[in-house]
Amino acid sequence: MTEYPSGSILAGDIRACARLISALENGDEEAYRSLASLNGKTGHAQIIGVTGPPGSGKSTLTDKMIGVLRARGMRVGVVAVDPSSPFSGGAILGDRLRMQGHATDPGVFIRSLASRGKLGGLSEATHAAVTVLDAAGYDVVIIETVGVGQSEIDIVRVADTVLLISVPGLGDDIQVIKAGIMEIGDVFVVNKSDREGSDRVVREIRAMLETQVMLKRGSSVPAGPDTLASRFEEAAHHRLAPESVTGAGIAHGALRADNTAPDMPPVVKTVAETGEGVEAVVDAVLALHARAVASGELAARRYKSARFRLRDMALKRALKTLADGEGAALTDTLARDIVEGKKDIYGAAGELFAVLSRGGKL
Amino acid sequence: MERIIRVLVAKPGLDGHDRGAKVIARALRDAGMEVIYTGLRQTPEQIVQAAVQEDVDVVALSILSGAHNHLFPRVVELLKEAGADDVLVFGGGVIPEDDIPFLKSKGIAEVFGPGTPTQTTVDFIRANLKRK
Repeated sequence: MTEYPSGSILAGDIRACARLISALENGDEEAYRSLASLNGKTGHAQIIGVTGPPGSGKSTLTDKMIGVLRARGMRVGVVAVDPSSPFSGGAILGDRLRMQGHATDPGVFIRSLASRGKLGGLSEATHAAVTVLDAAGYDVVIIETVGVGQSEIDIVRVADTVLLISVPGLGDDIQVIKAGIMEIGDVFVVNKSDREGSDRVVREIRAMLETQVMLKRGSSVPAGPDTLASRFEEAAHHRLAPESVTGAGIAHGALRADNTAPDMPPVVKTVAETGEGVEAVVDAVLALHARAVASGELAARRYKSARFRLRDMALKRALKTLADGEGAALTDTLARDIVEGKKDIYGAAGELFAVLSRGGKL
Repeated sequence: MERIIRVLVAKPGLDGHDRGAKVIARALRDAGMEVIYTGLRQTPEQIVQAAVQEDVDVVALSILSGAHNHLFPRVVELLKEAGADDVLVFGGGVIPEDDIPFLKSKGIAEVFGPGTPTQTTVDFIRANLKRK
């Protein structure tokens, strides 16, 4: 009899789910077996990633999105990640603070995770936790990342749809075209949009996205203010699905509306504190997902992500095998040889790699 | 790897002073624990649901309003109903000495008054965890 029966997970037993998530976080072998027994029962939930800088309103937006999704009859799971201290290993997990209004709603499950040394904006066990909530029957699982900077993009390997939050006042238009975080948004949210400078942020993101689409097509950037991105934003404000802006009437300008829609992420202004714009964000996220399911893009994305995570995990095991097995001693010897000029690092790495292929034995 | 202790720090009742709760949260963080902070004005129901979903080992309650004799035992009771009676519950805040025996009889493991060194709380948690 397993300590984490899959029957209880599939039935949505809160305590069973919570305990399994802890066990997965702690690397419990039995928990991995329990997770394996959920194979074939998952993949139904839409996984939404919410990411952005510290204090940009991720938790508040998540809180308000939970409200909107619940009003539409969907069950919502949340996995919120906050950083662990690199010094003590402890953490303050404070995302839940903004969501406690939903604590007693049986259709909402909120779980806080500490990053536990992982640097990409999530924790090692985040995907496993999402899988548990997926199996437990939540229609949507929202993952809130730690407050990110420029390159924490692990969320794109776990979420089906990534919401990237920006706020006014953080920098100029060069920040927006830098590589990294700005490349992973499926929906761009400009939060705290009641503050000065929010229109400028919207313009800069739009310009960045238009350039991106143009570059992908190999054509030049369009002139004039009436662009498709602006229409997406307008549509979002009027609570229209992104598809609805692709009518024949807006085909002027360099962008052809009929074939632009799929690769132009919506930009939505919000004031999460008051809930303004949140319906539009949810509309955009659900519409994108529906389209990705229909077009097969979702399956392709999940395949790509699984492939990445699989290699990542195998790599981690390889490192552990080297560190734990007899490879550790060889590593010491080879390092000394390199420093003393007896061996070069490429040759030494080859020797070490050979240990790996023998399962860690010399 | 040593299992990381998870603690829910919550403020039941209606007072708006969470300085003490934040100091405790910070001290537990520095002692290597994961602290879920749920903020002000929580009902016992909210606290217990959070404790179950977060699968915590400890619930630390802070109160200054004087409603501890009602709210603290209620949290213990609801945890039991939820099948989570293996969670260690203790309290802190402004609580008269005379009330402490009653609270202990209701399952509050300890009560820490103002001025308690944070290390005392850390040591108490480590020594009294109910879960392995």
